[in-house]
Amino acid sequence: MAPEKGLPDQLKAFYRQMLLIRRFEERAGQLYGMGLIGGFCHLYIGQEAIAVGVQSIKQTGDQVITGYRDHGHMLACGMDPREVMAELTGRAGGSSKGKGGSMHMFSTEADFFGGHGIVGAQVSLGTGLALANKYRKNGKVAFVYFGDGAANQGQVYESFNMAELWSLPVVYVIENNQYAMGTSIERSSSETHLYKRGASFRIPGEEVDGMDVVAVREAAARAAEHARSGQGPYILEMKTYRYRGHSMSDPAKYRTREEVDLVRKTRDPIDHLQDILLNDHGVEEATLKVLDGEVKQIVADAVEFARNSPEPAPSELYTDVYLEASR
Amino acid sequence: MTDILMPALSPTMEQGTLTKWHVKPGDSVRAGDIIADIETDKATMEVEAVDEGVISEILVADGTEDIKVNTPIARLAGGLAPVLATPVVEVQAEPPAAPAIPELVVTTTEPLQLGPTTRVTVRDALRDAMAEEMRRDPDVFLMGEEVAEYQGAYKVSRDLLQEFGPDRVIDTPITEHGFAGLGVGAAMAGLKPIIEFMTFNFAMQAIDHIINSSAKALYMSGGQIKTSVVFRGPNGAASRVAAQHSQDYSAWYAQIPGLKVVAPYDAADAKGLLKAAIRDPNPVVFLEHEMLYGLDGDVPTDPDWTVEIGKALVRRPGSDVTITAHSRMVGLAIQAAEQLATMGIDAEVIDLRTLRPLDHDTIVNSVRKTNRIVSVEEGWGSMGVGAEVVARVIEHAFDDLDAPPTRIFQADVPMPYAANLEALTLPTVESIVAAVRAVCYR
Repeated sequence: MAPEKGLPDQLKAFYRQMLLIRRFEERAGQLYGMGLIGGFCHLYIGQEAIAVGVQSIKQTGDQVITGYRDHGHMLACGMDPREVMAELTGRAGGSSKGKGGSMHMFSTEADFFGGHGIVGAQVSLGTGLALANKYRKNGKVAFVYFGDGAANQGQVYESFNMAELWSLPVVYVIENNQYAMGTSIERSSSETHLYKRGASFRIPGEEVDGMDVVAVREAAARAAEHARSGQGPYILEMKTYRYRGHSMSDPAKYRTREEVDLVRKTRDPIDHLQDILLNDHGVEEATLKVLDGEVKQIVADAVEFARNSPEPAPSELYTDVYLEASR
Repeated sequence: MTDILMPALSPTMEQGTLTKWHVKPGDSVRAGDIIADIETDKATMEVEAVDEGVISEILVADGTEDIKVNTPIARLAGGLAPVLATPVVEVQAEPPAAPAIPELVVTTTEPLQLGPTTRVTVRDALRDAMAEEMRRDPDVFLMGEEVAEYQGAYKVSRDLLQEFGPDRVIDTPITEHGFAGLGVGAAMAGLKPIIEFMTFNFAMQAIDHIINSSAKALYMSGGQIKTSVVFRGPNGAASRVAAQHSQDYSAWYAQIPGLKVVAPYDAADAKGLLKAAIRDPNPVVFLEHEMLYGLDGDVPTDPDWTVEIGKALVRRPGSDVTITAHSRMVGLAIQAAEQLATMGIDAEVIDLRTLRPLDHDTIVNSVRKTNRIVSVEEGWGSMGVGAEVVARVIEHAFDDLDAPPTRIFQADVPMPYAANLEALTLPTVESIVAAVRAVCYR
């Protein structure tokens, strides 16, 4: 793909978004440690380039859906960091009024359809979003994210079959971070090249360096074009890595510290983009420092909001169970 | 100066052991650097720095045990981020009581206002309901196995493909988990799918989407995600199809907040309730019965006529005993009541029609009048519909009871194939008559 116009500006925007996700997640981890966030909390640190790169080609009305490692996707959808953080702390100002928590968040305004806690469920649901797009002939595409763990769920293949059979406008983004909780891809999957998993359904797939936001964006553009033009689903296998454990309570003893350090030192998506900005585009270090400062301020503000937002009123316990039927 | 606090590393951790520091005073750290190992009751975890700065002081030595969560363990100088102090603990007011069951209002059963009617089977009434609602609302569509070209495995969707075309009457592969998920996803996008299961036995493959993806979506999105979807198909025991094809799921679904659960008996209710279910903004599990598909009945022709979900129907008024039933068991209960009348026992038969929300008032009011109750259901008794009905009667009309409440239900075994054993498994008119006579002491 030829260099795009205004590329440095766009790359700076990517840098800022990725940094926002990382700083947000680090802070979420800290709030979890302080007991302000409860339950399960799955951090996206290390995988930032994927949500940012894919969603950079999202058009208004295109839908995004993912599993429970969802904070990054929401921020990349443009959801307010305050309401995401306040949902993590279970407060009334959260995107689900504190009733969903880390794994169950939604924003119809931002075309974000969750936030699903059942591994693989989002693949069928996201394919259904694509079915609705085709039904309405609205030209929209559903971006459906799932991990290497979910890739072994049966409903993924049921969905692949129907998506190709009916030429549904869906892009499947497999975030292969190498570990399904504690089980490495080699120990869980007979075919470890997950982009080939659509082959028996005739769905094209490609492997992408998920640590390179530009490569992610270019691949997502190809995939979305394929889906939007009526040619059906497309699979992108993003090779990535999560730095933290599966959830906050995972000591991650199934891999060595050296393995994690090597990825951090040599493949970090944010460092990589920083090098490109500084060395290839002549962006001043001071410019990036300003971005860093802005991002820190946004996250600090989100934390402040999430700590001070009140808990949901007890009267909220029984709301949002049913909608009133009009007769 | 920022305090580094003892972190909670699992949902249940209250204290832990600081096994090893990886930094010492004077060391510079960046966010993400590993600074210490902490051992919990479950595992040893690495703790990362969240801020950048210089470690100015270590407050807790290597090997210290039983350090409470949120105790300062070190100090960091030059951290740019705001100091995060001990969390604010907010005092939660007492949770509110569940919405009170409304005060009982004594109602009389009014004659059905049907308008002009036509005589059709339950099967065609269901088809007509879908056709009328699909004409009324372009967002309504039907999907399932054999619903289009084959015209429905039980012919319930006969002629719908011809009228509405393949975009709105969609044949799926045999893939219940997948197509239920697609249907719920399409509903999340605002469409109003009718998901047909060839039978509810196969919906067990899909039950995760019915409950986790659909019933809970509105609540866990704080009211944002609506899934107006009808899951429908035959439920319960057909004839001689044995264990895996003969199960009543009424109680399973009726337990789930966020779902409505409907189980009609006759053709008019089949049509009126299915139309209401399709229009309902909530997910509705609509339990049909294969043995009732051929049953004739008078059905209103007015396309705007619906039956309200959540209202039971007194099928036969009576003064001596209340019999509750739903779906196919309503027919048995009516026959039993007719036999009982010849013995001088005047039974009131209540067709529950909706299992969630259950029409509490109609049941309790009836028992206050009759002082006796027999509940009848096709499914297993343990934790069943009858258990719920009887519990409510005991809670709300205990002093009105003149006899212990009684339940009639399927034998507590998987459905056998042999004709004689199958017959021994299911409730019968005779078993209902015997139970009623027992509670009437006659």
